[in-house]
Amino acid sequence: MSGALTEGKLRWGALLAVTALVLVAAGVYAVGAYQRFEESRTAASSVGVTASQPLPAGPFILFRNTASGQGYGNAATVPLASPDGPRAVSGQECDRVYGTPEKVVCLKTNRGLVTAFEAAVLDRNWEQQRAWPVPGIPSRTRISPDGSMIATTVFVSGHSYATAGFSTATEISLPEGTSGNLEDFALMVNGERLLAMDRNIWGVTFAPGESDVFYATAASSGRTWLVRGSLSAKTLTAIHDNVECPSISPDGTRIAFKKNDGGALAAHWKVAVLELATGEQTVLSEKRSVDDQIEWLDNQNLLYGLAAEGGNGDSNIWKLGTDPTSQPSLFIAHGWSPSVVR
Amino acid sequence: MYISLSDRGKRDKPEGTRTALSSEVPFRLSPVILWLGIVSMVTDVSSESVTAILPLYVTGFLGLSTIAFGFIDGINQGASAIVRIAAGWAADRSGHPKRIALAGYGLSMLARIGFLFAGGFWAIAAIVTGDRIGKGIRTAPRDALISVSAQPEHLARSFGVHRMLDNIGAAAGPLIAFFVLLMIPNGFSTVFVVSLAFAVIGVAVLALVVPDIKAHGVKGTAEREGRRLFAFSWSHLKEPGLGKLLIAAGLLGLVTIGDGFIYLVLQARDSFAVQWFPLLFVGTNVVFLAFAIPFGRLADRVGKIPVFVGGHIALLATYLLAAAPFGGLWATVGCLILLGAFYAATDGVLAALASQLTPPGKLATGIASAQTVVALTRMLASAGFGVLWYAVGAPTAMMVAGGLLACAVVAVAFILRGARVAASGDSDDASNEA
Repeated sequence: MSGALTEGKLRWGALLAVTALVLVAAGVYAVGAYQRFEESRTAASSVGVTASQPLPAGPFILFRNTASGQGYGNAATVPLASPDGPRAVSGQECDRVYGTPEKVVCLKTNRGLVTAFEAAVLDRNWEQQRAWPVPGIPSRTRISPDGSMIATTVFVSGHSYATAGFSTATEISLPEGTSGNLEDFALMVNGERLLAMDRNIWGVTFAPGESDVFYATAASSGRTWLVRGSLSAKTLTAIHDNVECPSISPDGTRIAFKKNDGGALAAHWKVAVLELATGEQTVLSEKRSVDDQIEWLDNQNLLYGLAAEGGNGDSNIWKLGTDPTSQPSLFIAHGWSPSVVR
Repeated sequence: MYISLSDRGKRDKPEGTRTALSSEVPFRLSPVILWLGIVSMVTDVSSESVTAILPLYVTGFLGLSTIAFGFIDGINQGASAIVRIAAGWAADRSGHPKRIALAGYGLSMLARIGFLFAGGFWAIAAIVTGDRIGKGIRTAPRDALISVSAQPEHLARSFGVHRMLDNIGAAAGPLIAFFVLLMIPNGFSTVFVVSLAFAVIGVAVLALVVPDIKAHGVKGTAEREGRRLFAFSWSHLKEPGLGKLLIAAGLLGLVTIGDGFIYLVLQARDSFAVQWFPLLFVGTNVVFLAFAIPFGRLADRVGKIPVFVGGHIALLATYLLAAAPFGGLWATVGCLILLGAFYAATDGVLAALASQLTPPGKLATGIASAQTVVALTRMLASAGFGVLWYAVGAPTAMMVAGGLLACAVVAVAFILRGARVAASGDSDDASNEA
């Protein structure tokens, strides 16, 4: 009897000890992490920075600064002429940015007990002009060349990996303040309207000089297409297979994209370029998997972000020529989401 | 504290007598159920905290696309359903459900350790898979433990207590995780550490406090030898009561679309739901936990079948309200309340029904069979509804699902009416029950 009692006491003691131990350990870890975060937030930036200033008058690169220290996660600019020089870091936190000489679109996460996501339009002094909620984690954004339309793509997740899986939501915000969800557009593949269950649209790019035309990715049943969209007709027409996150060149003749050659589960995205007139595509030399919507530095060179080694929230922006022999080179260290603004 | 399954004999009294008993026998919560509830609560804090932030972690921090998680999840759900039946069978065969449950909780805990070191997509996919398989293993043996520990007159209420504690954890987990990220923006590793801490506590409580209740094992080695692994689930269809329950649950499962779709409908309708999207799930859980005990008591008083069927009527009302042409705060809140009520009236009650209709010695397998049937048919329903969604649009699809659900509810009411007769051998209570 007393043996059972002692054993019972031992069990309770062990439970108390285990509970106390893991709670204290987790608490110590959390406090340590908080202190490290506070230090890094107040520490000087690990790269050369200048104070926040309005958007530069000359050509510049707009991007998300991922250098540790003050200004981590904020939108920043460098002059096009000196991408590795000091960066002007704004006070605006953005997950994804895109710009014109006059405005910036910033997709951001509003952290809180209810973590919500928002698209904001900022003027050249980084003042917010308007903002609207978006239904998921920021993924891609683009502004039309004339600055009138804004496209956003976000990842919509149910509460978990358990329910609806993941899907994307892509919207184009029009100047009148209305917006169109591209999943409501008619998707035409080989002349027939596709009504499959798992349609997803993402990665809009606006054709230069054409106010009605855009390109995007459409996917269904594990297949992906490059689609040409018409805003007025509300249609998406598939024009090429296996093209994701298209980005049209400044001269409007070529599309840079990521091409999956690893299958649906183990995606490995190569950087490739498609001639719109001939349909001829060229796969470039980048060996790493590029999961980004590529940006054109000029008509011969591409920019894209890659997560830094170790995956600690840092990333780098790389440059690659469209010539198949060109090798990638580091363009801006500790950056993400490049946007070339002229 | 060691309760054997022989207590279950009381449960085999006619339903009419039992209805009287549920008010006569004072409710006394078995400490085993309380502790199992606490195990589930801390385990749910552990799993839901990670689940809530996983998309942010994968896309924002690791810089990976997350579309493929949908595929992984389909595989996981299938794997989870299969191991669930196997674990139920193992629990029955060994006669030690606790050991099997401990293996399941332990596997999920080990998977959490992986998060501290994970980097790429495959590492995370493997960890998530391990976690879900652990969940598949532990559920049925744990429900069998609850069933043998509960007073037969208060079976559904006892499950209600467990489900309430379980959902406190499920509601608190995401809030804890988002609080950590609020304080430490890139503090994903802190969330993983906190999650692991709760998982360890859950396993410790189960291992140290919950007694190893001996359920009826298979008698004698001869009978043990005679059983084959994959013969068990079909044999259950021959149990008159359980077979009908499985058919009924499967039929209802086939017209139960995923919550994700309901949340998406709400979100498409008004901006309120867009902003509060991450909290819709928490809201449903809060309603679930609030109603779990009252609905369990109701099931003990008026019968489990009417409450189980009634829960599906709440689901039907959810569909109709979600498809209604008006939106706004109250329509959204109303949907969450109805959806939470649906879970409160069906989740624990199904386990209670299954254990009631299963012969001793097959308890965990019976519960596992019912839960697997529900899980698999709901997967099919979600896939089918997805097709319908794009073919005819969300509101119409919702109305169609509602119409099918209404038919299924009527059909099930008839099927289970028969089940009650067959199970209890007392035709009088059929009129009370169905």
